[in-house]
Amino acid sequence: MKGWPLYEVFIRPRNGVAHRHVGSLHAPDPEMALELARDLYCRRGEGTSIWVVPASAITASRPEDKDAFFEPLEKEYRHPSHYNIPPDVKNM
Amino acid sequence: MYTQGLDLVPKGEKPEAPKSEEEARLEAAFQRKIDEEIRIEPTDWMPEGYRRTLIRQISQHAHSEIVGMLPEGNWVTRAPTLRRKAILLAKIQDEAGHGLYLYSACETLGVTREELYEQLLAGKAKYSSIFNYPTLTWADIGIIGWLVDGAAIMNQVPLQRCSYGPYARAMIRICKEESFHQRQGYELCLALAEGSPEQRRMLQDALNRWWWPVLMMFGPPDKDSWHTAQSMKWKIKRFTNDELRQKFVDAVVPQAERLGLKIPDPHLKWNPERGHYDFGEVPWDEFWRVIKGDGPCNRQRMEQRRRAWEEGRWVREAALAYAEKRRRRQQSEAA
Repeated sequence: MKGWPLYEVFIRPRNGVAHRHVGSLHAPDPEMALELARDLYCRRGEGTSIWVVPASAITASRPEDKDAFFEPLEKEYRHPSHYNIPPDVKNM
Repeated sequence: MYTQGLDLVPKGEKPEAPKSEEEARLEAAFQRKIDEEIRIEPTDWMPEGYRRTLIRQISQHAHSEIVGMLPEGNWVTRAPTLRRKAILLAKIQDEAGHGLYLYSACETLGVTREELYEQLLAGKAKYSSIFNYPTLTWADIGIIGWLVDGAAIMNQVPLQRCSYGPYARAMIRICKEESFHQRQGYELCLALAEGSPEQRRMLQDALNRWWWPVLMMFGPPDKDSWHTAQSMKWKIKRFTNDELRQKFVDAVVPQAERLGLKIPDPHLKWNPERGHYDFGEVPWDEFWRVIKGDGPCNRQRMEQRRRAWEEGRWVREAALAYAEKRRRRQQSEAA
């Protein structure tokens, strides 16, 4: 919509789990974004809490830097499977 | 409600230009990802053709949802009971929701909502041929839920595994909701099938009018579908138009029998060798006529969409002015 900024919508389906990105919508202001998010993404009890965030407020990593940005070095020793424990050692 | 396997190339679109070495390398890496079932996300590199095909398909799909509200809207005030009225309203609201999920998915490809809307309102964009048919009786509402939404589900279930992440995710939400649409439609048909002789006649008449247009929803036959091979390679599409059409016929014939209805096709017959129903030739001339703008309701649908857009203009502008006023007030209070 002309001049209606884009909001990203996050919903917590129930208490005890994290808010999760579900999609986006256009709205004139944050309050209406919340109401529209309820109508658009919670028509069947999908949520108990909604966050709306102006899409322009999000800083994202660049996909072309993916490898260098996320895995600068092989660091297998950070994973439990890197370590050899004799099979007779229990509860490890 | 659904995307038609239209695969129509807009006039004037040029074939791909020769690729540079770098482009060829990127494209090979892209195809490897697709082959390994790794989803493509909005900021990932993608070939221009892939982007264009998706924008075309997702926007046609979104437009179909939005225009699809009109034939059903025709019956809101005339639903026979309060329960049926509430169901119909909820279904229409879902269609609006589906359109909005899809417009959002389409926007991630770098096209704006206004552009998409302008294309529809200017009559430049395609939408599913099925919504250019009138809803003449209450039985049509049942047939739409059962068959039109049933065909939509057949089409959309494989799209949940589409290679483009945002489209696939929108389809997952849509498919969940679509099941309600189909079931309420069949239940409505069942009520008429178990009703008076007049109600049964009304139901059969609705099936007679909708049967062929519903089979057209899967798009032109594979031999005339220009983009199928490329779309399959890119995993935008997982089945061809004819495969889906056959699957649909096989699924709904027993459902029609259960309702005591006769499918209006003298060539419809179970083929034990193929393990499928054989069926007659879809009237493709009619399909192309409707797609090109000359169906029974094309003009009316576009007129209604344009009017809704124009008459809603002041609301959109007022909401924005109010938001701006509040923002200023908050600023001056903070100062």
